[in-house]
Parts: sequence; structure tokens; C-alpha cells
Amino acid sequence: MEHTFYVSSSPHIQDRESIPRIMFSVTASLLPAAGYSVYLFGWRALWIMLLSIAACVITEAVAQKMMKKPITISDGSALLTGLLLAFNVSAQVPLYLPVIGGIFAIAVGKQVFGGLGFNPMNPALLGRAFLLASWPTHMTVFSEAVPRGSTVSGIDVITSATPLNVFKQAKEVLAHASDYPVEKVNQAHEAVGQLYDNLDTLFVGQIGGCIGETSVLFLLIGAVYLLYKRYIGWEIPGSYIGSVAVLAWIFGGSEGLFSGNILFHVFAGGLMLGAFYMATDMVTSPLTRKGRLIFGAGCGVITVLIRVVGGYPEGVSYSILLMNLLVPVIDRSTRPKVFGGAKKS
Amino acid sequence: MNLFKSGTFHGGVHPAGNKRWTEQKKVEVLPIPPQVIIPVQQHIGAPSKAVVEKGAVVRIGDPVSEAGGFVSVPAHASISGTVSAVEERMHPLGSPVLSIVIDGDGEENWNPDIGYQADYLSLDRAIMLDRIRAAGLAGMGGATFPTHVKLAPPAGKTIDAVILNGAECEPYLTADHRLMLEKSKEILLGLQLMVKILGAAKAAIGIEKNKPDAIQAMKKGVAELNLPYEVIALPVKYPQGAEKQLIKAVTDREVPSGGLPMDVGCVVQNVGTSAAVYEAIACRRPVIDRVVTVTGTGVREPKNVLARIGTPYSFVLEQCGGMAENAGKLIMGGPMMGLAQVSLDIPVIKGTSGILILDAREGRRREEQVCISCAHCIDACPMGLMPKMIAAFVKKGRLNDAEAYQVLDCIECGSCAYVCPAHINLVHWLRYGKSEIIRAKRKAG
Repeated sequence: MEHTFYVSSSPHIQDRESIPRIMFSVTASLLPAAGYSVYLFGWRALWIMLLSIAACVITEAVAQKMMKKPITISDGSALLTGLLLAFNVSAQVPLYLPVIGGIFAIAVGKQVFGGLGFNPMNPALLGRAFLLASWPTHMTVFSEAVPRGSTVSGIDVITSATPLNVFKQAKEVLAHASDYPVEKVNQAHEAVGQLYDNLDTLFVGQIGGCIGETSVLFLLIGAVYLLYKRYIGWEIPGSYIGSVAVLAWIFGGSEGLFSGNILFHVFAGGLMLGAFYMATDMVTSPLTRKGRLIFGAGCGVITVLIRVVGGYPEGVSYSILLMNLLVPVIDRSTRPKVFGGAKKS
Repeated sequence: MNLFKSGTFHGGVHPAGNKRWTEQKKVEVLPIPPQVIIPVQQHIGAPSKAVVEKGAVVRIGDPVSEAGGFVSVPAHASISGTVSAVEERMHPLGSPVLSIVIDGDGEENWNPDIGYQADYLSLDRAIMLDRIRAAGLAGMGGATFPTHVKLAPPAGKTIDAVILNGAECEPYLTADHRLMLEKSKEILLGLQLMVKILGAAKAAIGIEKNKPDAIQAMKKGVAELNLPYEVIALPVKYPQGAEKQLIKAVTDREVPSGGLPMDVGCVVQNVGTSAAVYEAIACRRPVIDRVVTVTGTGVREPKNVLARIGTPYSFVLEQCGGMAENAGKLIMGGPMMGLAQVSLDIPVIKGTSGILILDAREGRRREEQVCISCAHCIDACPMGLMPKMIAAFVKKGRLNDAEAYQVLDCIECGSCAYVCPAHINLVHWLRYGKSEIIRAKRKAG
């Protein structure tokens, strides 16, 4: 009975999991939110998503070709980066912005480090940060994105009408009430009241903001799927959102300490997108559960710091990028407990 | 009465069981093969020394080799006939090993010393141990550590618990399962003897919950023999049957890093070993056969067989309908920790719990990709290690770092490589790192 057998070291069976499967599943989990964004912002949102994805995938292929490496665009990672980048820009940006952002995200954020698995920071967020630094006005204009029936208050700067932006300006007025005319202060009061009264709209996502960040509802649907499939753990979103909730309650109010509206801060801005889809990026988040809890809490602290003290109304993307850089340190200091304890000498 | 406090280990994986092909099938006694190949090394420790020469006539149960040291056991003729060669033959561990080849005489001539002795329970402890050693007993779960060594702990170590391993957590394998159904009394009588030898206060049998009939059979056996042992149903989780993980599950004690079960007062034996202990002491019957699960998509008629030690795989497979055409990988043992083989010209040895043949598609490892730090390997490791980090250290030759991350604690269960979505054979790298570190240590003295 002459027969040739494969020989390899054990184990001889493998789970069905694979990198493409993970990447395409995460992409699929973003589709409800993507669909809603097209409903909310129109076909332009779809164009931006497609351009961003195309830029990422083509850049990856070209970079790998130039470096004479195998082309791995079929693994789905560039596709996911492209979609996430599009989720992080306004639907009003010029169409060349997502293209440039995508090229930067893949070329500088990923391929220069050695490609998938070696990038220290989330490429999509790095692309967004690059765009925000280079075209700050384009990146912060959300005016036409505000759909009918939404809650834009009487605050005069209508061109930056995300809820967090409105909130920041109203808070600024309230904090220095004596410097402003009375009607302005009243308007600010009214604005904050309106924001707090319309949490349901905030939850569904009928508000201004980046393409993919507005709908808490649709992002959560995808997140539940990812948690069920164990592509993400509860640790990072849990500690991230939890710490934002606590800190926003203490420091995030317009009337001093412990006046913050927790739900407003949790639902507004890019927290849901960031906590479930960006901070949980496998490559750029810590390896252990303890590490992930620390990482999420760190993201939460920086996010609230930027929202409350910093110059930007929103701090999710910078907080994640900063914490990305701390991951090697976190990994080194959060080794799991070895069975049987430390080595018996 | 609950003498045991159960715990559970961190991590583990849930591969498909694939036991349905053979779990309902009674153990079938294989015909006597025309020739057997008996290697002098079928256990961990020093090889045994051949005591027969070409031309010698042997009966079933006659020793053909003697122990080569304390951690060593003899081997026995498993068929009667004539020694046709004492030479190196291919061995399941991968390199040629001196083997005694016996051509059968077509008869069943047994060594007359083998036979039941009714008063075996009153034998002296030293005699019991000697019979175990003389019977050539080595752990039949697959690890093949000489049984008498485990049953004779050094002075100062007290054993209070004997644990029988009936977890059989390896997918596909059902040999222990069938043994627990068909030989529950022998298993329990063997346990009784080991408890006596060790002076242990308590004993338990740990069985995964996916074998409810085996749990029932063992419970029934315990009641009928009126023995104070506990049958513990364990969660179905690989590697539930790994020694340290089993001790944790049954007693909630953790064997210290670098330590042995006896450091926490435990001795673990496979259920098959236990039945063999009974036969060794009560009947002076050496290990001449064992239950082997022959299974997988590459086997036409999967079944559990009782095969003589030394039976060539080719003979075993002929009795199981032969090999399917798409057979792609031949494995001794289970799919998680078993050893891939290159040919069917190797014998069943004392540790052969299964002969598994996977088809070409299953048998091929998928192409390795880059690590995306998903940390699934860390979540899966039952020893709490960080396989991703250690593998990266080993690849770069940073053995000091690998050791600092406690690579020597790796039990090579394969959970990390099983879950890896990048198909990196992590356990391969950890194994390599371990061997390099141990080699460097030996060199340094």
C-alpha cells in the first residue's frame, strides 16, 4: 500500500477562522450604519465611501507591487480601512479628500510599517487626522448635512452644527455669561435644553456629523454581531464608554460638576463608532483583557479631556490614536497570570 | 460526601468532536497479525534492552526486552512465534528504533505464569509495584510515562488523591470511552489498587460530559463494587484531559510552574492504564494489546479495535475496510496532539490511542499569514501564556525573552495554533523554543 501523506507538526485541525473572514465580517457589520448614512446624507455619502475604499485598495496594491511583496488586497483589510475612513469624514467634503485620505492611510499609516499587522496606529484614524490637519475647514463643515427636522438651535454658527459643537459653544457662552448679551445666554440655555430633550433623535442618528458616526442604533446592531462572533471583546468598548459616561457626568455638564448628561455624551459624536469599531482594531489594541480595559479607560479619559478642556468639540479619534501608541507598554505590563504561577526556581 | 472541590481552567478551545463515527461501536478484537514489530522504546525514559535474539521462540507475554533503568519498562511478545529479526525499524516517533520482529506461529501460546490470582489484594505493596513494572506499563493515554514511577513518589511527597483521566478530550478518539463502557470494573479495580499502593485518601474519575453513558457506567461500577470513589462530569473543553488542567478541574489545585502533579498531592492515570494495572497485578498480564480508535474521513470503516502491540498500521487498516483514496494525512493519536506519520509500515505501540486518517483537504495546513494581534491564542492558552509574543521571540532567536514569558510551561496542546486566524503554527514555534532552551541549558551543564 504505497501512499504519500502530508506531514506537519500538530495540531492537524484548524478552526475555520481566517483574516479575510474577520475583515469582511467587520465590514458587513458596518453596512447597516452605511445604509443609514446614505438615507440621511444622500448619494454623496455613498460616493465618498466608494472613493475612499477604492483609494485604499489601489494604494495597497500599488505599494505592495512597488515593494515587490505579494499583493494581499483580497484579505479585506484595505477595504475595511477605506470604509472606516469614509465613516470619519463629513458628507460635505470635496470628493478628492477621501481619495487623498485613503492614499495617506494605507501608504503612510500601514505600508511604510510593513503592512497589515505591523502598523502601530489605526490607519483609518491616521488618515482622518491627516485630513483634519490639512483641510480643517472642509473637515468641520457639516451644515448641509443637517437634515430636516433635526435640532439645530439658535446658535449663530450654523456651519458646525454637530450636537457636540453646538454644546461646546453653548457651554462657552454659559461659562462666561456676563460677557455675553442676555439673549445670547438665553439662546445657549435653550440650545442645551434642546440637545438634552432630543436624545432619541441622537440615538437614531438624525443629526449632523461624519458619515458613519451619527446613528447609535445602527452602529450597535453591527456591534452586537461582532460581540456575538467574538471579533471584538466587551472590554474595550465597555471601559471606553463606561469611563466617558462617568467622566462626562462629573465634568461634562454646563452647570458645574456632576451636571453632565451621560446619555448625551455617550450618544453624541463618534464615541460609538470609535469604541466598537476603531479602538477594537486587533492590530492596534492590547493583547490581554486587563490591557484592553486599561486601553479603553485611557481612551475615555482623553476623549472627555478633549471634549471638556480641549479646543475640539470631539476627541474620539485623537484619543484612540494616542492610546494606540501606548499599546506596546500596556502589553508589556499586563501579562496574564500563568497557570501554576511564576516559575519555580 | 463531596471530597473534591472542582475548579476550571482558563482558556481552552472547542474543536468539533467527530466522535460519532466510533463512539457507538463496540471494541472489535482484531485477528492476530502474521508479524509484529516491537520497538524497545515505547515509553518516556531510557530504552529497554533486548533480551532475545534472532531465532528465539517466544510465547505471548514473554519479555523480549528488560528495563534499561528506573524510568524504563520492558516489552513483551504480543504473539507467539519466532523472532525473525532484532533490528532497527521505523518508529511512530519518526526515527528508526531497535525492534524485535516476531513472525507468528498461527497459534495462541501464552506464557503459563499469566493467570488470575484471587487474593491479589493482599499482595505486598512492593510486589504490586514490581508486577506493574514487569508488565511493561506506561501511560496509555498517549504520554507513555512509566506507570510504576508515578506510583512510587519520592520520600516526603504524600499523595492524597488519585485521579483517573477519562476526559478523552481529543477529537475523534473514543478508545477510552469504549473502555469505560466495556471494562468499567477492571478500571475501578485498578484504581483501587493504585489508591492502595499510594495510600491515598480519595480518588475520582473525571469524564467529559459528552460521554453520559460512560459517566453512568462508571457510577454504576462504583456502586456495585462499593468503592468510595467519585465520578466527576467535566465541561467539554479541550484540553480538559491535560494532566494539569484535569487536576485543576477536579481538585481546584494548580500544579506549580515547573512542578509535577505530586507537588499538589495528586497522581493522574489514564483509564486504560488503570485497567492494565488491574490485569498486571491480579493476572500478571503484561501489556500485549490495547484499544485503538481507527477513524477519520480517510478510513472506510472507522471502528474501535483491540490490537496487539506491534501490529503494523497496514494490517489494522485492512481490518477497517482499508484507506479511502483521498487519504491525505496519517496521524498517531488525536488531531490536536497526535504525530503525523509518513508510512503505514509502523507498529501500534503502547501509546497508540488512535490511528487517524484525514483526507487531503483536511490534512493540509493552510498557508501562514501575518499576525494581526487578535490575541485569540492568548485567550485560548490553558496555561495563561502569550503564544503570539513567544513565537515572535523564538523566530527572532530571542530565547531569553521566550523563557521570561515562560515558554517552558507550554504543554503543546495546540489550542493556540488551532484558533489562529492567520494559520500560524504557534505551537510549532513554542516547541522549537523549548527544545532550544533546554539544549542550551544542557550545554551549560
